[in-house]
Amino acid sequence: MKTLAKRLLIAAAVASLGVGAAHAHRAWFVPSSTIVSGENAWVTIDGAVSNNLFFPDHVPMQIASISITAPDGSAAKPENAMVGKYRTTFDLKLDQKGTYRIAQASTGLNASYKEGTETKRWRGSMADFVSQGIDKKPGVELTATSRRIETFVTNGAPTALKPAGKGLELAGATHPNDLYAGEEATFTMTQDGKPAANVEITLIQGGDRYRQEVGEVKLKTAADGTFKMKTANAGMYWLEAEATGTTTMEGKSIKSQAMYVAVLEVLPS
Amino acid sequence: MRKLLTLAVPVVAAGAAHAGTLEISVEIPKLTVSEYHRPYIAIWIEDASGKVAANLNVWYATKLDNDEGEKWLKDIRQWWRRTGRGLDLPIDGVSSPTKPPGKNVVKFDTSSGPIASLAPGDYKIIVEASREVGGKELVELPFKWAPGADATGSASGKEELGAISFKLTK
Repeated sequence: MKTLAKRLLIAAAVASLGVGAAHAHRAWFVPSSTIVSGENAWVTIDGAVSNNLFFPDHVPMQIASISITAPDGSAAKPENAMVGKYRTTFDLKLDQKGTYRIAQASTGLNASYKEGTETKRWRGSMADFVSQGIDKKPGVELTATSRRIETFVTNGAPTALKPAGKGLELAGATHPNDLYAGEEATFTMTQDGKPAANVEITLIQGGDRYRQEVGEVKLKTAADGTFKMKTANAGMYWLEAEATGTTTMEGKSIKSQAMYVAVLEVLPS
Repeated sequence: MRKLLTLAVPVVAAGAAHAGTLEISVEIPKLTVSEYHRPYIAIWIEDASGKVAANLNVWYATKLDNDEGEKWLKDIRQWWRRTGRGLDLPIDGVSSPTKPPGKNVVKFDTSSGPIASLAPGDYKIIVEASREVGGKELVELPFKWAPGADATGSASGKEELGAISFKLTK
């Protein structure tokens, strides 16, 4: 472990600015409803990476990487899952009252290094970074990445979200299943569980296929990590947040790059 | 439609001999549509801050197997947001089957339940309708709840609700 940390420190020391974002297109989970009532509540959820929101036209989300957290914190299972050409679809039975969180979250390391005049890119775990000798490559640059794509579904009254504490996340004061057109909502972006300032946020309403302009709204978190959003129209929205900075791994500070997506439904007020 | 009306509230004392009545009439329009389902309707009293002061009635498909009718309660959107989502249904005296088109009159005893504990002030009676494969509509009847005389008020919906009126008698 000591060796690992030492090697990481060397790698971090030579790292310059972060590696370019590994994502293109837009990733999302869209539930058939974000609010449900009754004793036998189900929703069906589509997951895809697409150009248009929310029309599957590129690649499906991978079903194995999806985690569903029930209101009590336990893991819920996707049912009737099917991975199609363009989208993954699965059902969720909401046995508990409260808010379910449907997410694909991952963390990793991106490295780039020189091989002659060519720039090579590498992605993997910390253990692999060392065991594969990437840390010893010339001009190696290391960035810790985190990525979370999620949506929320509430059965009955909304319940507070328990933060995962890793990467970028959306937190209250407003609950993500309590959004109404024309009403201002206040959120906080957190990075590794702590309020994150200057996080760039993009908000786009679904159905961009039917508009000439995307109509994206750019927002930024304040010093205390909060931001406010208000939409004129009800509809399904795609919120993306990005942050670059530093994070701590194995006790050392290294570059970090975090990406977050939430699909939010705004109801008519 | 928005004029303030004065409602009388009987002095509520232990063992009060006279129980007041709040009578609300809700007209459900007859619609000529190929697929008709009776609307889900919620009736409640809202205080000046927008909070639910008294949950009066919710009409929905209460008799389906496995409480299947509760699945669509979320579509009575404002009611669901303000009170329904936090309730454990059905509720005696509040949950009631859907009603047919025409005039439907419901009566509430003002000396018991949530109405009895209303403080003097401005309120609204709200009637919200949501129809399967149909529209949604919300009608408000503002009033002042203060000691005084009997009171009445009326308003009208456009599509999913017809004439709505209330009458408070000592």
